[in-house]
Amino acid sequence: MSTTSIMIVGVGGQGSLLASKLLGRVLTAENYDVKVSEVHGMSQRGGSVVTYVRFGDKVYSPIVDAGEADFIISFEKLEAARYISNLKIGGKIIVNSQQIDPMPVITGAASYPAEVLTTLREMGAEVQEMDALTLAMEAGSPKAVNIVLMGRLARYLGIPAEKWIAAIETTVAPAFVELNKKAFALGYND
Amino acid sequence: MKKLLIGNEALARGFYEGGIGVVSSYPGTPSTEITEYLSTYRDIYSEWAPNEKVAAEVAFGASLGGKRSVCAMKHVGLNVAADPVFTMSYTGVNAGMVLCTADDPAMHSSQNEQDSRHYAIAAKLPMLEPADSGEAYAMAKASFALSEQFDTLFMIRMTTRIAHSQSIVEIGEREEVADKEYKKQPEKYIMMPAYAKRKHPVVEERTKALTAYAETCPFNRVEDGADHSLGIITSGTCYQYVKEVFGDTVPVLKLGMVNPLPPQMIRDFAEKVDRLVVVEELDGIIESFVQSLGLPVEGKNLFSPIGEYSQSIVARAFGKADTPALAPVEGVPGRPPMMCAGCPHRGIYYILAKHKITVIGDIGCYTLGAQPPLNAVDSVLCMGASVSGLHGFNKARGAEAERKSVAVIGDSTFMHSGITGLVDIAYNQSNSTVIILDNSITGMTGHQQNPTTGMDIHGDPSGKIDLEALCHAIGIRRVAVVDPYDLAACEKVLKEELAAEEPSVIISRRPCVLLKSVKKLPSLRVDADACRGCKACMGLGCPAISFRDKKAVIDETLCVGCGVCRQKCAFGAIG
Repeated sequence: MSTTSIMIVGVGGQGSLLASKLLGRVLTAENYDVKVSEVHGMSQRGGSVVTYVRFGDKVYSPIVDAGEADFIISFEKLEAARYISNLKIGGKIIVNSQQIDPMPVITGAASYPAEVLTTLREMGAEVQEMDALTLAMEAGSPKAVNIVLMGRLARYLGIPAEKWIAAIETTVAPAFVELNKKAFALGYND
Repeated sequence: MKKLLIGNEALARGFYEGGIGVVSSYPGTPSTEITEYLSTYRDIYSEWAPNEKVAAEVAFGASLGGKRSVCAMKHVGLNVAADPVFTMSYTGVNAGMVLCTADDPAMHSSQNEQDSRHYAIAAKLPMLEPADSGEAYAMAKASFALSEQFDTLFMIRMTTRIAHSQSIVEIGEREEVADKEYKKQPEKYIMMPAYAKRKHPVVEERTKALTAYAETCPFNRVEDGADHSLGIITSGTCYQYVKEVFGDTVPVLKLGMVNPLPPQMIRDFAEKVDRLVVVEELDGIIESFVQSLGLPVEGKNLFSPIGEYSQSIVARAFGKADTPALAPVEGVPGRPPMMCAGCPHRGIYYILAKHKITVIGDIGCYTLGAQPPLNAVDSVLCMGASVSGLHGFNKARGAEAERKSVAVIGDSTFMHSGITGLVDIAYNQSNSTVIILDNSITGMTGHQQNPTTGMDIHGDPSGKIDLEALCHAIGIRRVAVVDPYDLAACEKVLKEELAAEEPSVIISRRPCVLLKSVKKLPSLRVDADACRGCKACMGLGCPAISFRDKKAVIDETLCVGCGVCRQKCAFGAIG
């Protein structure tokens, strides 16, 4: 099979690293060649964070370039707009409908673009908006936004939900397994 | 067993299986995880050293003592370690020793974009460079035996993209290696002129032997392709981009040993292709070498020496069309990293900015004080440069500057290389004021212990350097401690110490708010009726505070109740 490319984008502290860890485990267990690339270091400081995940028979580059992402999972609306040109023509972008103001907006140096997802749709992107924060709270913690979004992505990757559940059991701390399983199911079924 | 590992974890696994006995490092992105993962193997000795020079010397001592050893650092850390490293090239090793240096093309979290391969050339040391985690693992595992075979420190160069990308590694078992006997050998290990003069020719001969090895080294290989109108020489992460673009269509010479380079292998490769191109990030080092062989070659005429590459950059350089894509959205505000809600650095920076103090800054989370809205920092150069830089600034500008300028440095950075600057201040008596931001952890690299925290790399109790006692011992009589959450106290202490007619140190002490041991207070709230919308609280640059409908709003999921904004509110609206 040809290589599938996924981008996970969000704001430092939103838990995108755990999401990519889970995804990497699921894909490795399916015997795909997998590459996951994330640049951390400043990621805890509220900056924009991006993770690339690629899988297939043989994957060379760990990077997802312009026009290459089959899926973009965005934890925040502005970040969806920031990385939209990475989306493959015909690719899907799944966006958590949260708004987190970046510092230039907080200081008043810039404004948060209005109706940003409408703009993306008008450009021709297939945007799926979901209120992952509300679903995460329903699961038991606002921190489970990452697993809710992975639940939604799981619908499209053709890997049975049980395999994801098995990976959740080995990826998250025992105390949070049930919460995350619930979050996954809520995202998957939403 | 197959595992998905980041490059740094793959290195750690390879070193472990290769029989490592000792690792000593100083944290630095993107190298930190090498040592963090090694520290999880409790049957070896691992530590955080105060700086990279110390780490390299500890690892050298361990090699001398007969155990295979590693030190890992970021590229700029190698500048700090360079002194012992250059002479280790002369002494060689007893047990195998490896130095990992992690470069940061595109400067994801660094102050410059230097190419560590220059060091390998300058110090006449062999260097390996992996192209994915599998290769990082294999190189790490093989490197100790190579180090012993050629009697030299081996270097492994990582880049951020390899260090922090995960790919699949087939891991194995640890090889138990007997310690080497320690024999006193003055002519090998004492580098004074009489012995060093005899060692330099040995180094030159060793380079010849290593060059011969490079010709057959399994990490250098040719992957043939049907179309010989083009041949590409590449290494590291660039190999992946080349393969992504060309697949198996054109011949590729993939170099895993990047110093010394294999002249015959390159000549043979060049002969088979019509056009020869080197694809390498940062400087044109391989390209220059190929040129020195008298071969026509291209490289930096097609590629920039700046930043990271990718498959599209490679494709474009060879005239291929871009992948169709949507146009970027105009006017998306940037999202730079910032000090966290409740960060203890914020309060002291606010006071410094309020009084328009010149701040000679340093390397750490607190470099973020340079960002809007605080804009509190004037200069950041390298680890430790705040303290010595302030001294020079004050010597240049005199008494007026001394009353309006400070150095700002973190606890870990002060241990790393701030102490010597403070010695200079005490010795040469400038009336300088140094602020140590003691947040009880090495923050920016993701929470590593350091000599001031009282815990070792495993989080177990260890020696603890007493900052106040240390400053006193150096000869600083005025040492004040202040809580950075208390703005009035910060302001008072700052005024007093700037006015004092002698050197002084202010220790701004409060643990990093991200530490699990730090108890978070309930979120504060804005009383919308009391808020006048004056934006005084916004001037702190706290990510938990935003402005909606002409009133300040506090995000309860981010606020940790530090109370700094409450002190700024003249209308009592925050509580």
